[in-house]
Amino acid sequence: MSQQLDPDRKIEGSYIFTGPMSQKGYALNKLGASLVSDDARASFKADEDSYMERFELTETQKKLIRDRNWIGCVKGGANIYFLYKITSVFGDSLYKLGAKQAGMSYEEFLRTRKISGAT
Amino acid sequence: MGKIVAGIGTSHVPSIGVAYDKGQQKSEAWSPLFDAYEPVQKWLSEIKPDVAIITYNDHGCDFFFDKYPTFAIGAADKYPIGDEGFGMRQLPPVPGDTAFSWHLINELVYNEFDITVCQELKMEHGFLVPMNLCFSQEPSWPLKFVPLAVNVIQHPLPTAARCFKLGRAIRNAVEDYNDDFTVAIFGTGGMSHQLSGERFGYLNSEFDEWFLDQIEGDPSALISMTHQELMERAGVEAVELIMWLVMRGAMSDQVERIHRNYYVPMTTGMGLITLENVVP
Ligand SMILES: [Fe+2]
Repeated sequence: MSQQLDPDRKIEGSYIFTGPMSQKGYALNKLGASLVSDDARASFKADEDSYMERFELTETQKKLIRDRNWIGCVKGGANIYFLYKITSVFGDSLYKLGAKQAGMSYEEFLRTRKISGAT
Repeated sequence: MGKIVAGIGTSHVPSIGVAYDKGQQKSEAWSPLFDAYEPVQKWLSEIKPDVAIITYNDHGCDFFFDKYPTFAIGAADKYPIGDEGFGMRQLPPVPGDTAFSWHLINELVYNEFDITVCQELKMEHGFLVPMNLCFSQEPSWPLKFVPLAVNVIQHPLPTAARCFKLGRAIRNAVEDYNDDFTVAIFGTGGMSHQLSGERFGYLNSEFDEWFLDQIEGDPSALISMTHQELMERAGVEAVELIMWLVMRGAMSDQVERIHRNYYVPMTTGMGLITLENVVP
């Protein structure tokens, strides 16, 4: 078998989205996948808790969202593209989501970029 | 026999679509990107391919992990624009070519590529950004499209070598098609970037320039690269660069490079290469 991933070579600060991760984060990702209409986004924003009820999230997963703990979500199997749909509802665009994961303020993060106007 | 007349590798960063919709092509931040595509648009309008096959990945617009295809091909007359979670882009539906799609699907399946066939498929930035960059929709799209979606987000992903072989099989299928039918093939995504984890913002421009060299001159090192190595060197989400190998596999061994560009304003290396076959 040609081995494409090497579990012994952990990439620092990285969480590879494998089958077990996808299984673990399934409910979070399903919630993210549902946010593809104005109506869905509005009802999630209006009442997070009852919206979360629809997706069989565990208590831990609900808390991650309530706490806006995005890096916790990634570690818990949220795929970045589905998580991004969730965070956007709360005003965290891709770069803000990224800065939070990296433990920086958005302004700090922008200073590390070449052309921060190209957002 | 049909012919592949253009091979294009390009990034599909979503912010490019936003800049396009806002008309920021000539702004200071964006002109180094958009200007590089002007000669590409001109070149393509002279070559006039009948169809563009765009190898891309869905980012949670239409596919979900309940069922996730490794390779999926569209077979529809038109593909509607999808909402990716941030509102609907105001673009007309993408015109498809069902006759050619079904030809391609038949040839690929009988050549042992077990693909998923999609008669409905919503288009998103992975597909639309390359299309916006390389073609003008005024007064209407000048050609038809075949979307080819690859799983580059849920491991196990297809290997780089498999992607290259798929390209080879696509070339054979095109050559088996009607006389004078011409195809442009796209490999999209990347280049180096990382979106997930504390390593967010990781970039490797040296790697990207090397990748552009290799994809043109000798893709063998790219074909044998594991996902592990690609993610270590270019970032976790940069693993989608394997899609460029579908494009390269569809081209002849010897190619002539027509355009090349590289711009890295924010978190992603934005690369471009265009190739034509050199017929021995
Ligand atoms: Fe992508």
